[in-house]
Amino acid sequence: MKTLGLKFEWFVTQTALVMGGYTRFAGQFFTWVRQKPFRSRQIFLQMNVIGVDSTPIILLVGFFTGAVFALQAGYSFRLFNAETMVGATVGLSLAREIAPVFAALMVIARVGSSMSAELGTMRVTEQIDALEAMAVNPYHYLVVPRVIASIAMLPLLTVLFVFIGIVGSYIVGVGLLDIPEGPFLYRLEYYLEMKDLIGGLIKSGIFGFILAVISCYQGFNAHGGAKGVGLATTRAVVIASVSILVTDYFLTQWILELTR
Amino acid sequence: MIKLFDIQKSFGKNKVLQGISFVIPKGKITVIIGRSGEGKSVLLKHLIRLINPDEGKILVDGTDILSLNEIELKEFRKKFGMLFQNAALFDSMNVFSNVAFPLVEHTNMTDHEIASRVHEVLELVGLKDIDEKMPEELSGGMRKRVGLARSIALLPQILLYDEPTTGLDPIMTDAIDQLIVNTQKQLGVTSVVISHDIEASFRIADRVAMLHEGKIILEGQRVDFEASKHPFIKRFLEGRATGTEL
Ligand SMILES: Nc1ncnc2c1ncn2[C@@H]1O[C@H](COP(=O)(O)OP(=O)(O)OP(=O)(O)O)[C@@H](O)[C@H]1O
Ligand SMILES: [Mg+2]
Repeated sequence: MKTLGLKFEWFVTQTALVMGGYTRFAGQFFTWVRQKPFRSRQIFLQMNVIGVDSTPIILLVGFFTGAVFALQAGYSFRLFNAETMVGATVGLSLAREIAPVFAALMVIARVGSSMSAELGTMRVTEQIDALEAMAVNPYHYLVVPRVIASIAMLPLLTVLFVFIGIVGSYIVGVGLLDIPEGPFLYRLEYYLEMKDLIGGLIKSGIFGFILAVISCYQGFNAHGGAKGVGLATTRAVVIASVSILVTDYFLTQWILELTR
Repeated sequence: MIKLFDIQKSFGKNKVLQGISFVIPKGKITVIIGRSGEGKSVLLKHLIRLINPDEGKILVDGTDILSLNEIELKEFRKKFGMLFQNAALFDSMNVFSNVAFPLVEHTNMTDHEIASRVHEVLELVGLKDIDEKMPEELSGGMRKRVGLARSIALLPQILLYDEPTTGLDPIMTDAIDQLIVNTQKQLGVTSVVISHDIEASFRIADRVAMLHEGKIILEGQRVDFEASKHPFIKRFLEGRATGTEL
C-alpha cells in the first residue's frame, strides 16, 4: 500500500514536471516570435515541407475518408429513407471534426516525426550547441519558424481535406449509391455553414501549434545518440497524437458553446 | 582574461570537474591537456556557458558570465569563436553556408563581401573549391578544418579550439598549428586549445595546463612539466601505461 502511494506520488510529480517542461517550452514561443530577425526564408522552407509536401497524402486520405463515410452513412440512412442527408452529414462531420483531426494526425506522422528526428540529431551532434556558441538562439532559429509554418499550413490542409472528402462522398453517394444529385447537394449546402468550417479551422490552427511544439520539444531534449533520437521521435508521434485527440474534445466543447 | 574559481560539475554520479581554478591570460595561447574522458571538452564548454557549473564562478574580462540573462549571454557569445571536437557543422547546409553562417547572422556584409571572406578563411585552413560540398561528403579532417574556418570567420576576440589537429596528417597538423599561432600573433586573440599531444602543445602554447582527475594539477611551460615530480605527469610525458591501463 505504501509503495503504491509512493508510486502514485512519483507519477504525479513526473507528470507535473513533464507538463511544466512543455508549458515552458510552448511559452517561449511567444517571447521569441517577437524577436528580430524575422526568418521568412526558414518559414517558407518549413511551409513547403509541412504544407506543400503533405498535399498528396492529405488528398488521398481525405478522399477515402469521405468515400467510406458516405458508404456507411448511405447504407444506414437508407433504413430511414434519409439518403439525401448523406452529403450534409459527411460535410458537417468533416468540417467540424474529422478533417482537422485527421489532417493533424497525418502531419504528425509525416512531419512531426521528421521534425523531432532532425532536431534530435542536431542536438546529439552538437549542432544546437554550435548555434548557441555562435550567438544564435536555437529556439528562435529552429523552433519558431516550424511552429509558425505549422500554424499556417494546418488550416489550409484542413480545407483541402474537407473539399476532397466531400468529393469522395459525392462520388460514392451519387455515383455508386444512386442518391439523387439535386437533394444531395442542396442538403449539403443548406446544413454546412461557414461557422462550421471556421470552427474546424480554428481547431486545426491550434493543432498545428501543439504538434509542432511537441515535436520540437522532443527533438530539443533528445540525448543518447541514435537510440535517443529514435526514442524522441516515437515519443513525439505518440504524445502529439494523444494531445491532439484530448485537446480536440475540449475545443469542441468550447466551440459548440460559442456557436450555439 | 578568463578566470575560473572552483568550478565543479557532475553528470549524475560522474564527478567530472572537481574544483577547477585557473587563469587564462589575454592574448595568449593556453593549451589544456589531459587524458581522454577527463573533462576537457566539458571544461571548454563552460567558458562560453554551453554548460552551467554546479558550483563556482567564471569571469570573462571581469564579467561574471553565470549572472548573464539570455539576451546578455547572446551579446557575450559574439566575442567567441568555437571549434567543436566533432566540428558540429550544420548538416543541412553546404560548406559555403556553414562558414558564411556567422557572417550572415551578425554582420551587414554584402553577399560579395561574405563570399570573399568565406573563401579567404577556407584558404587559410587549406581548403579550396569545396563550397558546394555537404558536410557528409567530407573527411573527418576536412570537416574539422571547415569548422575551424567557421569559428574564425568573424574574427572573434577569444577562440576556443577543441582538439583542432586530432585526426589530421602531420603536414596539415603543422599548418593548423601555424594558423593558430598566426591568428594569435596577428590579431592578439586569446586562444584556448584542447589537446592530448603534449609535445605539440609545448610548440604552440604560452602556457599548458594539465587536467587530471577533475583538477588542474600543473600549469606552466615545458620546463615546469619536465621538473615536475608528479607521477602522473612523468608518465604522461613518457607516454607510459601502468598495470591499471593494460
Ligand atoms: N552531456 C553529458 N552528459 C553526461 N555526461 C557527460 C556529458 N558530457 C560529457 N560527459 C561525461 O563527462 C566526462 C568528460 O567528457 P569530455 O567529453 O569532457 O572528455 P574529454 O576530456 O574531452 O575527452 P576526449 O579527449 O576523449 O575528447 C566523460 O566521462 C563523459 O561521459
Ligand atoms: Mg573532448
